[in-house]
Amino acid sequence: MKLLIQNGRLIDPATKKDGVTDLLISNGKIQKIGGKIRAQEAEQVINAKGFVVSPGFIDLHTHLREPGHEYKETIRTGTEAAAAGGFTTVVCMANTEPVNDNDVITEYILKKAKEEGRVNVLPVGAISRGLKGESLADIGQMAVAGIVGVSDDGSAVMNSALMRKGMQYARGFGLLVISHAEDESLSGTSSINEGLVATELGLPGSPDAAEEIMVARDIALAELTGARLHITHMTTRGSLELVTAARKRGVAVTCDVAPHHFSLTDEAVRGYNTLAKMRPPLRSEQNVKALKEGFQKNLIQAIATDHAPHASFEKEVEFHLATNGLVGLETAFSLSLKLVEEKLVSLPELIHLLSTGPAGILGLQKKGTLKVGADADIVIFDPKASVTVDVNRFHSRSKNSPFHGWRLRGKIQKTIVAGKVVYEA
Amino acid sequence: MILKKDKSLKQKTPPQRGFFLPQKDLLGLKTLTREQILHILDRAKVFKESLKTGKKGDDLKGKRVINLFFEPSTRTRTSFEIAEKNLSAEILNIAPSASSLTKGESLKDMIENLGAMHPDLLVVRHAASGASPLIASYTQASVINGGDGSHEHPTQGLVDLFTVQENLGRIAGVNLLIVGDIAYSRVARSNIYGFTKMGAKVTVIGPATLLPPGLEKLGVKVSTQFHKHIPGADVIMLLRIQKERQQTLNFPSLAEYTRFFGLTRDLLPLIKKGTLIMHPGPINRGVEIDPEIADSKSADGPQTVILEQVANGVAVRMAVLSLWGNKK
Ligand SMILES: [Zn+2]
Repeated sequence: MKLLIQNGRLIDPATKKDGVTDLLISNGKIQKIGGKIRAQEAEQVINAKGFVVSPGFIDLHTHLREPGHEYKETIRTGTEAAAAGGFTTVVCMANTEPVNDNDVITEYILKKAKEEGRVNVLPVGAISRGLKGESLADIGQMAVAGIVGVSDDGSAVMNSALMRKGMQYARGFGLLVISHAEDESLSGTSSINEGLVATELGLPGSPDAAEEIMVARDIALAELTGARLHITHMTTRGSLELVTAARKRGVAVTCDVAPHHFSLTDEAVRGYNTLAKMRPPLRSEQNVKALKEGFQKNLIQAIATDHAPHASFEKEVEFHLATNGLVGLETAFSLSLKLVEEKLVSLPELIHLLSTGPAGILGLQKKGTLKVGADADIVIFDPKASVTVDVNRFHSRSKNSPFHGWRLRGKIQKTIVAGKVVYEA
Repeated sequence: MILKKDKSLKQKTPPQRGFFLPQKDLLGLKTLTREQILHILDRAKVFKESLKTGKKGDDLKGKRVINLFFEPSTRTRTSFEIAEKNLSAEILNIAPSASSLTKGESLKDMIENLGAMHPDLLVVRHAASGASPLIASYTQASVINGGDGSHEHPTQGLVDLFTVQENLGRIAGVNLLIVGDIAYSRVARSNIYGFTKMGAKVTVIGPATLLPPGLEKLGVKVSTQFHKHIPGADVIMLLRIQKERQQTLNFPSLAEYTRFFGLTRDLLPLIKKGTLIMHPGPINRGVEIDPEIADSKSADGPQTVILEQVANGVAVRMAVLSLWGNKK
């Protein structure tokens, strides 16, 4: 099966290509790039004139909710949402039910993903058994089954000794350690930034320091253990400075920022808007500014969605009872494109943040690039078209987005995984 | 990139009703205008006069009021209930136990079910910040916030404004100290909004651990030095320390709290004559305030108006209920 994509503006940050050229796919791999390729060479031809053709996006942080919470999302609906958002690979977190802390669950997820998934699914295993922070999960067995990293995402590993052992052990299997950095003794039950808004609403807030203390600790432990560390959904200026300083002295640490954390501030929580309730919380204007500067100065290695689907009844409750998080796969690209519009990054730099960057963090050789021989995971998008976010049209099973009604730019036209079109606008 | 909000997709806005009160609900003093507050206080004054003659009104005749108290509060509930009876309302008291809501029924379900009774007014008391606005969004009835978590307690704020107005003849320019647990106090928030809006100079005082960030932006001075501000104060409002809620993290002991933030007898010489001493109750005697000061009626010292606050509560709540119960 051969697929030809013609006349698109091909942008591949990995090979620093940017120009109008054709691209031929064969057997799920990229076979040929360059100039004009004759239509006769392919069974299927896509005319991408006026559109951008780039490596498919890779989300380092998705919650697919299966097994256990299929009413929120399934591997099928989650990957459909991913495809609609231009993502060709998603890394799914371990806080399912049961928790992905052993190879049986890992195998289940991978089998389901193979049968029903629209895009590549790469599972993350838990660091601690049951995400309880007490003892190590079956990290080695999960590594054999196919996890790409370990994380207790959803909560932090509060016990530093256990985190150290987790890092040492994961390192032995070449696994990435993904840190949800939060000192829970400081954040308590809070899912709102400590500041004026929290004060007015009469809600306890979580200070920047709750994140920064754990970022500092995990960097220290990464230096101690030599583990590869990734700080996910980072939100503060202080965290960015810690990661940047550590990288400068050669520590293997990377970070990602979620679109909502650079698109909204804690002002969005006013009126007890539970759609804007998340952990880490939406931060202050100054932090948002610092994150944007971080993109501009090339200090952030990836954008990740923290796609966290929840049913409406879990949000239509008192603020302190509402679940944390928002669906992000279908708005991530348009929200991120804002960084280009604001001239903080170039379009190729943005594509890097969404594809090549995450591929590098995960150590994927065949993804996040359009070079010959790479996996034909491709997204075709129109950066100029305007779109209106409408949660009722989401492919995700859940609709918990604070961006409903927003008009943005950037429309995904086609998403291709292993040479097959899995989404068409 | 955000070109503009698409209007067609905007979620439903609450219906705008009435001329004097555009808001469907009374959720807090933050959203009331100066004029609206004055209007309520004026009406409360009329009700207070009529109460002296023992006359009852029929402002709420034929109106259905549900008192929905998720959190027990004898004072506030009784005050509302008397006010409602004085206005001839049909009253239904519901005190849902916390457990009924854990059986899979949400607050939304409960409010939608109560809607079948077609109440005109819902008086709500709840331990969660934001519960009253949430309830208001699920009912056509006007919601009167009887205190929600650490958010607002607007009728208490109005009672305090009324009491100051009545005793000092003005609110504008008055030096008000709010002392104690600012972080967890809904009374503090409502009073900050109410008094600053009416032109008072407000200073909030408490242990640094109970002063949340951003208070200055609400137009108040913030201090940890109670004694320094006493000589200039026209009103000293002491807040209740929730002994149950104060983990040892916020201050070392009640004795230490009292030493620095209690209105103790040795502070009496600092207080100027005629200064009003207020407390929303119930008082922890010997913690926030010396028992003798709390009960003092002496004319040559500070004026304790704590019982007046309670008495004014009925008139102020009658004003609120009659206004919100009779919007078109
Ligand atoms: Zn997380």
